[in-house]
Amino acid sequence: MKNDILKMQGVTKVFYTKTAQTVAVENLSLAVKEGEFVAIIGPSGCGKTTLLSLIAKLIEPTTGSILLSSNKKHAVGYMLQQDHLFPWRTVEKNVLLGLEVTKNLNYETKKYASDLLEKYGLGDFKKHLPSQISGGMRQRVALIRTLATNPDLLLLDEPFSALDFQTRLEVCDDVYSIIRRENKTTVLVTHDISEAISVADKIYVLSKRPAKVKKVFQCNLQEYTTPLKRRESEEFGKYFEEIYKCLNGADDEL
Amino acid sequence: MNFNEFSPMHLAYLKKQRTTKIVVHLLQVAFLLVFLGVWELATHLGWVDGFIFSSPSRVWKTLTDLFSQGDLIKHVWASTWETILGFFIGTVLGMLIAIILWWNDMVKRVFEPYLVVLNSLPKIALGPLIIIWAGTGKAAIVTMAVLISVVITALNMLVGFCQTEPSKILLMRTFKANKAQIFFKLVFPANIPNLLATLKINVGMSWVGTITGEYLVSKEGLGYLIVYGSQVFRLDLVMTCTIVLCLLAGLMYGSVALLEKSVKFDQ
Ligand SMILES: Nc1ncnc2c1ncn2[C@@H]1O[C@H](COP(=O)(O)OP(=O)(O)O)[C@@H](O)[C@H]1O
Ligand SMILES: [Mg+2]
Repeated sequence: MKNDILKMQGVTKVFYTKTAQTVAVENLSLAVKEGEFVAIIGPSGCGKTTLLSLIAKLIEPTTGSILLSSNKKHAVGYMLQQDHLFPWRTVEKNVLLGLEVTKNLNYETKKYASDLLEKYGLGDFKKHLPSQISGGMRQRVALIRTLATNPDLLLLDEPFSALDFQTRLEVCDDVYSIIRRENKTTVLVTHDISEAISVADKIYVLSKRPAKVKKVFQCNLQEYTTPLKRRESEEFGKYFEEIYKCLNGADDEL
Repeated sequence: MNFNEFSPMHLAYLKKQRTTKIVVHLLQVAFLLVFLGVWELATHLGWVDGFIFSSPSRVWKTLTDLFSQGDLIKHVWASTWETILGFFIGTVLGMLIAIILWWNDMVKRVFEPYLVVLNSLPKIALGPLIIIWAGTGKAAIVTMAVLISVVITALNMLVGFCQTEPSKILLMRTFKANKAQIFFKLVFPANIPNLLATLKINVGMSWVGTITGEYLVSKEGLGYLIVYGSQVFRLDLVMTCTIVLCLLAGLMYGSVALLEKSVKFDQ
């Protein structure tokens, strides 16, 4: 049995603003095991981004506990919804940003980042500016920027939502294969059921805001090696139906 | 892309672009020549009084006289030096103020209204005070130039700094970046276009400061010559200095524009 790399217990997050208080996450518990690919699915605005920000310790929970097994200072790599590449930095320099900021830039880490670029088809574009490459490539660069810091836990916030459908499928395949080859524990957040089924080992379905766990699905599609093959598999439809029902069913079933 | 790959139609398009550019330049020169010609003619034929309106030939004579007496270089140098000094001090100081205000939200919230008020105040109103505080030498003139450019720089840069995309700052925070890293790796580079635009404004601002400063106190410089010329009714001198001023300001603006071109990146 693998260890839990992340454990959230009874986490609640309340935002206060001048006019209102918003409960974004309520009494939420979840666990992620080492090497697992977890998808979290929920309707727009339900508190998914908030959840990832909590895990990345960008914000503090109002109540509850979030435990990471790793005690590395930069254990979590967080890939935001948009690529946010800096337009004045070349692809290569963008990828090194995290290493510079975490003061981990040395010969080895630089080589590691550069190898990642080569390995995932960006070797020829190292000296290009972000504006000179395609949206799908930019997303890959953003992923490599996150991977370059060698995090134990990877958080992805709707990483494909900015792409058109065709590109989304391709980039999803790319990203999935990169993550699997680099053997990263991953939490991916999405509102797209197919996307979740096509990549995850385990799927948490969240309720409307405030986010609570409605149900956990175990996906047994590991025999299919790519998201695309999973989408074409027989079982895919069955999973889709179940999750669709759960996602759109009444919240008070719980 | 390789130049050889251009289709004939593309080449024709490029040629047309080039031709248009040349025509624009030619028309600009033609306009200047016509303007000077009409001016000269108007004074010669007595349509306007050459004593009051001067003329290109009188300006040219004044210019060569000033030059041969060695006065031109002296005055030009004095004004240019004061302006450059005011420009640099104003820009650097304004930038520092903007950085401090950006860095500390509390300081920003306290001082921003003062900055806005100072910005709308005509700095020339402070002239008499500056003379009393900084004396009647060059210090007063440079202070004036600094004062005029510093506030606008601080305000412009602060606005730019604060407009840095919040989600890019969030990205920096996912790497646990500290404030200095966020500034030097994100906020400052993102504001280089803004800085260059501010520099362009400051060229004009510091010339305004220098010339008004010289009106008030100086014994040398183009501002001084202009005031002197108008007092003794030597309008040729006033006109000549104004034209020299135009050229100098244009030159300085041109250097900033050149700098801008050399650091332009693709956004
Ligand atoms: N910093 C914040 N301050 C106040 N409210 C916030 C803040 N961040 C998120 N929210 C609110 O929390 C809710 C959940 O937002 P979010 O986590 O971004 O949803 P999702 O990513 O699932 O679309 C939204 O109603 C949003 O308005
Ligand atoms: Mg979101």
